[in-house]
Amino acid sequence: MSDFWSWWVIIIVAINIIGCWALLHWTRKIKGGAENETTGHVYDGIEEYNNPLPRWWLNMFYITLIFGVVYLILYPGLGNFAGYLGWTPQKQHTEEVEAAKATYQPLFDKYKSVPIAELAKVKQATEMGKRIFVNTCFGCHGSDAAGNPGYPDLTDNDWLWGGSPEQIEQSILHGRMGAMPAFGTSLTAEQIDQLVNYVGQLSGNKVDEAKANAGEAIFNTQCFACHTKEGTGNIAMGAPNLTDNIWLYGGSRSTIAETIRNGRNGNMPAHADILGEARVHLVAAYVYSLSNK
Amino acid sequence: MQHESIEKNIGLMGILIIIVISFGGLAEIVPLFFLKDTTKPIETLKPYTALQMEGRDIYIREGCSTCHSQMIRPFRAETERYGHYSVAGEHVWEHPFLWGSKRTGPDLARVGGRYSDDWHRAHLLNPRDVVPESNMPAFPWLEQKTLDGNLTASKLKAFKDHFGVPYTEDDIANAKAQVEGKTELDAVVAYLQSLGHALKENR
Repeated sequence: MSDFWSWWVIIIVAINIIGCWALLHWTRKIKGGAENETTGHVYDGIEEYNNPLPRWWLNMFYITLIFGVVYLILYPGLGNFAGYLGWTPQKQHTEEVEAAKATYQPLFDKYKSVPIAELAKVKQATEMGKRIFVNTCFGCHGSDAAGNPGYPDLTDNDWLWGGSPEQIEQSILHGRMGAMPAFGTSLTAEQIDQLVNYVGQLSGNKVDEAKANAGEAIFNTQCFACHTKEGTGNIAMGAPNLTDNIWLYGGSRSTIAETIRNGRNGNMPAHADILGEARVHLVAAYVYSLSNK
Repeated sequence: MQHESIEKNIGLMGILIIIVISFGGLAEIVPLFFLKDTTKPIETLKPYTALQMEGRDIYIREGCSTCHSQMIRPFRAETERYGHYSVAGEHVWEHPFLWGSKRTGPDLARVGGRYSDDWHRAHLLNPRDVVPESNMPAFPWLEQKTLDGNLTASKLKAFKDHFGVPYTEDDIANAKAQVEGKTELDAVVAYLQSLGHALKENR
């Protein structure tokens, strides 16, 4: 704040406080009036006394003025004057954060150096990880981590991007971008139907054999690069295993057809900035513990 | 001066009331117009794109700010969950600001990048599809309505001319083309994903 505005605020506040005090002082007594004098207002025979403010009430006003002055000395309020206590909301926030750090940081530090596979067996660590999980991850993966259509179930030990501790931690820290291209323009509806049959067959579902065989030929030219010839997927690009009857977006024929037609772009946001590495480590341990009891 | 003369003279009383009230305004409000902290955008602040601007208007129309605040207060409980507390310089170009005053749902000041676009689509169309416990209403019509972009350029222009948002002539000329044919859902998702990137969280 420039000096001008600082003084502007100080002077107006001072005038205000002094003015309030002067007004109270000036009106605290009725000058020259007799006791029980009335104002002359009469309504339905009721008259109004012309009394000053009761003493106790007047004193309360004085107390608020004193409170205001004390407050302005202790806390920032008068322009650039920072207040005797030097309080700022930012400083209070920092102190709050530091106090919490003093309590929790030793725990985070202690667990940060423990490998995730070991950490997953430490009850306190997985409980901490769970708390962070239900606060941050519930939106997509559900508060029970069982996932939603499009958002993987984290409890079933089936992994798009790999289930090793390092891979899980990597997924949380830096996020993942799935990219299944759309085949709606390059394949006909009939070809897509054949593929749906073949993909169903890979998971051991009952399908139309002839269509599935035709689908296999398409699969081996269009899909094998990501999903492999056997259909077992590739964790390097998050291509799902198609042989395990676990479906990220749903395994109905119409949903599989939609997936092939329009493609899918699953996106796990990066959490390194949101949570910080120490917390991610705990969340990774919790997630790992869900399928590695 | 007798108080009778004030009480029976409404014009005089009005003037005196204005004088009393103006003390507060002069000290608390007037200096804010001249403070850099409250009038200068922080360096990393980006203006809304045409699509985000349309999304913001739909956000206003649907009353999202009734249940979602966009104001992270400087308390650890909030910064732990939502990220760095909000600062005035982030909101300089907000007209009207959408700070809200009630949190039935979570604060959205830094929701950008927290969830994927697909998640936002699913969630806006039917929140229960992704968060079974949610009590947020569904907004299925967002997907069906298409933007024509007829007013988008004038909106950007109004923000440029009246609020000093640094839109270029190109931004304004291309505004219609950028939003035309997009659904309202696209616009809202683009808006939500843009929120809160100006200040990076430090932990």
